[in-house]
Amino acid sequence: MAKLIYSLEGAVLGDFTLDKERITIGRRASNDIHIDNLAVSGEHAAIVCIGRDSFLEDLDSSNGTSVNGKAIKKHVLRNGDVIEIGKYQLKYVSEAAENIVTSGSPEDFEKTMIIRPAAMKAMTTEDDAAKLQTTNIQPPVDNPTPDVQAASIKPPPPPQAPAEGVLLGNVQVLSGPGMGKQLVLNKALTTLGKPGVGVAVITRRPHGYFITHVQGQTYPVVNGNSVGAQAHELNDHDVIELVGVKMEFFLTKA
Amino acid sequence: MRSQAFSAYDFFLKKIACNIGFAQGVSVVIKGGGVCTRLMKLTDVLEVVRLTDIGRKREHNEDAVASDMEMGLVVLADGMGGYKAGEVASEIAVLTIVAELKESMLALQPGQIDMAEGMQAESRLIYDAVAKANASIYSVSQSQPQCAGMGTTLVMGLFTNDKLLVAHIGDSRMYRLRGAEFVQMTEDHSLLQEQIKSGLITPEQAKLSANKNLVTRALGIDPEVELELHEYEVEAGDIYLLCSDGLSDLVEDADIHLTLATLSANLELAANQLIQMANDNGGKDNISVILARVLKSYSVERSWYDKLFDWLK
Repeated sequence: MAKLIYSLEGAVLGDFTLDKERITIGRRASNDIHIDNLAVSGEHAAIVCIGRDSFLEDLDSSNGTSVNGKAIKKHVLRNGDVIEIGKYQLKYVSEAAENIVTSGSPEDFEKTMIIRPAAMKAMTTEDDAAKLQTTNIQPPVDNPTPDVQAASIKPPPPPQAPAEGVLLGNVQVLSGPGMGKQLVLNKALTTLGKPGVGVAVITRRPHGYFITHVQGQTYPVVNGNSVGAQAHELNDHDVIELVGVKMEFFLTKA
Repeated sequence: MRSQAFSAYDFFLKKIACNIGFAQGVSVVIKGGGVCTRLMKLTDVLEVVRLTDIGRKREHNEDAVASDMEMGLVVLADGMGGYKAGEVASEIAVLTIVAELKESMLALQPGQIDMAEGMQAESRLIYDAVAKANASIYSVSQSQPQCAGMGTTLVMGLFTNDKLLVAHIGDSRMYRLRGAEFVQMTEDHSLLQEQIKSGLITPEQAKLSANKNLVTRALGIDPEVELELHEYEVEAGDIYLLCSDGLSDLVEDADIHLTLATLSANLELAANQLIQMANDNGGKDNISVILARVLKSYSVERSWYDKLFDWLK
């Protein structure tokens, strides 16, 4: 289950488990997360939890709600997001993200499942004992000891950035009326040739470029050999011949 | 090998799998088998390619695809449930629907309108066939403990009289490429889609959601199921794509569009390319695609006598 770790000016004050379908944050005592501070509106914000997703919504508060420094109205919380309300910071830590880091079997999460209204209710009111848990956040009186546990929580895994030094394919026409023309292969698919006579496609894949025959009697020829109907991997400076036109394939730094 | 406990189900499969083209895990070219007295045969009207791939992460292929060119039928199902139950559910769904329609369509003259639905009369047959498939899956899941709770999504298309009847349950989809326009024809029955509709999240946020896998409707989990069915006008040159979420979750719509538009001259290559893209993007789930191209009009010629007869009914 996801939780919020709340802190004031860097000092961790505690955490709150998101174990209800709707959790409200505000200055009034009726809120689930009660923050006694004048910068906080009576009903400031709410978090709606559905399955493993949590949605943060600002309830038209006077001073607004921001996530990671940006003011928001509605926001889907992701692991590691820091919600700011007044001077308080609430860090969102999702258990699903932790599991992926530790158990390394995220595939289990991908299996298609049916959700029924009854099951959905059960998912959000799993723990009856937890009922209406109210947490009061009071300004720290003494020097509070920062919670060590919070510091050990792993940051979200970095998004998969394209690998360094990605090579981009190009084709330059070597013969015929289009001689000298150059084409950058920056799309997933690029077609070459003449419809009805011979058409080939160059596909861009994570590990390289491939040429495949699409239609027509003429098959593409690479370095003097016909590639037939199969996909053929292209190497730097390969010479492609298609419907009598010669082209050079080469790689450049993206 | 299937375990002993599946014997009742095996018998069931043998009973209905007699002469229909069906594939799981491999692509097979459908041959026109069986006797069909129906006047309309769509073998010359449609070009169909179907392909299913296990992907890169799963141990079983729980998807099932089938098509019947004479009937103008394409069916795709994505099963769910523990152990091998998912593949059982999707197989039963696909086989039952093909077999049921094969039989019931014999008795139906194409080109008639079902007055209650305002659609081609075949729509009624689709409702019945899907209800039968639902009952079959449900009864197997009730009687076989290892199949308890199994279910499947479904997307199917029936081409008749220049129309296409599109039926679906769950998050398997149908798309259409017409000229330069590429549209998603079905709306997922999923938690995510409901959240998008209610304005809780935007389609952009939906791509990041952890709840992609929750469907709100499935075939075979309850004694009855609600089928969504619509009728569309068809034009010569249209290309229809049916796919499981193994494709639509991993390949952006824009890339699917680009692939179909670029490789429309070679549907088999297009289908292979789509599966390859999903695998290149991780292949987290089984990936199935059916591509159907409409080669020419297939409207039913009707005499003034037929029309008068309809009018008098």
